Amino acid sequence: MAILAASAGAAVLSLFVALAWGSVPLGFVEVAGGLFNLSSDIARDIIWQLRAPRALAAFACGGLLALAGVLLQALLRNALADSYILGVSGGASLGALGAITLGFGIAMVNTAALAGAIAAIAVVFGVTFRNGQWNIYRLLLSGVVLSAGFAALTSLILVIAPSAQVKGMLFWLMGDLSYANNPMIAFVLLLLLTLGAVLLAARLDILGLGDTKARSLGVGVASLQLMIFFGAALATVAAVMLGGAIGFVGLMMPHAVRLLGVVRHRLLLPVAVMAGGSFLTLADTCARTLWAPQQLPVGIFTALIGVPCMLYLLSRRA
Amino acid sequence: MSLSCKDLALEVAARTLCRNLEFTVQPGEVWGVLGPNGSGKTTLLNAIAGLTAPSSGNIAVDGEPISVMSAAARARAIGVLPQHEESEFWGTALDYVLLGRFPHAPAWLGWQHDDEPVAQEALRQMGLVDFSERRYTTLSGGERQRVRVAQLLAQAPRYLLLDEPLQHLDLRYQIQLLDQVAALVRDKHHGVVMVLHDVLWPTRVCTHALLLDGTGGTRAGAAGDVLTQHNLEALFGCALQAAGDKSGAGFVPAI
Repeated sequence: MAILAASAGAAVLSLFVALAWGSVPLGFVEVAGGLFNLSSDIARDIIWQLRAPRALAAFACGGLLALAGVLLQALLRNALADSYILGVSGGASLGALGAITLGFGIAMVNTAALAGAIAAIAVVFGVTFRNGQWNIYRLLLSGVVLSAGFAALTSLILVIAPSAQVKGMLFWLMGDLSYANNPMIAFVLLLLLTLGAVLLAARLDILGLGDTKARSLGVGVASLQLMIFFGAALATVAAVMLGGAIGFVGLMMPHAVRLLGVVRHRLLLPVAVMAGGSFLTLADTCARTLWAPQQLPVGIFTALIGVPCMLYLLSRRA
Repeated sequence: MSLSCKDLALEVAARTLCRNLEFTVQPGEVWGVLGPNGSGKTTLLNAIAGLTAPSSGNIAVDGEPISVMSAAARARAIGVLPQHEESEFWGTALDYVLLGRFPHAPAWLGWQHDDEPVAQEALRQMGLVDFSERRYTTLSGGERQRVRVAQLLAQAPRYLLLDEPLQHLDLRYQIQLLDQVAALVRDKHHGVVMVLHDVLWPTRVCTHALLLDGTGGTRAGAAGDVLTQHNLEALFGCALQAAGDKSGAGFVPAI
């Protein structure tokens, strides 16, 4: 329970930092005042118009990626599974880059990304789900294989695209929250999916014992797998639509929380969601302030902050 | 009060493992299932547990067909110790055993507060008190097997189906586990069906036996009638000799 409180505290702190830091630094009093409409119009506008939507988008995006990571690691019984293992980011990237190449605007780029992500999920599902049954290894492999195909096509587009477009494409591929101005849908989705997953927490624990044991304990494995698959797919698609293919959060956050000693899903899920949200909020704050006015892709910072943290946690346990 | 199989037929990939198989496990009985590799012992156990549908036949627990029971009710009646462990489990031994309480918990929550004393008691029965906070992945093969049995004790089903329960266990824990099974049968009046792989233990611990020859031939009945030297030599295709002078001492390979 202490760790749940700690992760909630980290969430509040990260959101506060995201509201305070920027080209116009704000102090504690100004942020608090701005939030409750007490301070100057400028501070209020900076907070409500600029920083709050982006901070909430980063938090929702990180939470969704961590949630999908936990769910897919449980579904595939594989520690290396992350939120992109179903090929969602590959499909979305290919769609987005294709639309950018053809010179479409932001709306069409987003639509193409969504179409690509859904196509990837449909292919993985169609190839591996047979007669109401799932072969987990086929699911894992088909996601990996599909991602490799998407990566090849994405590279092809990068090579043949006019150089003026390549920079925008790289932002998409690294993950970037600059255009994430409407976080509400993702935030509501995050709350609903996390709540649903927590209600399935005992079943997710039991799934780790293998299909036979899980069914003998009375878990409806087939329907549970379907719920996990589509829940994780929905979370990943929502995250990718907000921030592009932000790496590392979905793989790392579940493990980081587990290395802190939290393994049962009823605690692992909420803690990982809040840790993922806090982590991406901080990473995004770095991405928009450290090199200001130049904005950097947040995916660079998730790796730069995450790799040393993760290596430290791993060495501590060994 | 019984676990009964009527007119059971099992097939895998067009091969008949058994047909018209009939037997009834009464509370207080220990059934040993014997047969050569690939003769369908695990398939039979999975069918009795309601995990795979038989080609034909009926399986009922205490008069109720398992095909119409809810998953939780079935899990409270019949527990399985599977042969293979596919798991990568990150928690402690206690966490592992606690999962056995799932069929007893409210469906929407999946756990309840009095699970832990039950799980601790199951660990104690398997001699694992000092292991409860150990991570499951750090345990040896034999210790994991005992933790898995403890999980089944925490599940507390009325009928226990054990697929090679003695695997990975040293002699001391083989004896302890069989004592544990005998105690469950004697004190709690549970029924047990277990797949065993040697010809020594079944005659010593089983009240009944079921032989599967892998080509559809089966033999079920009281241990004294079924577990004869003649039947076991025919089943495994090798010569045996009595392990002692007393009747029911079991058999060992003749060399």
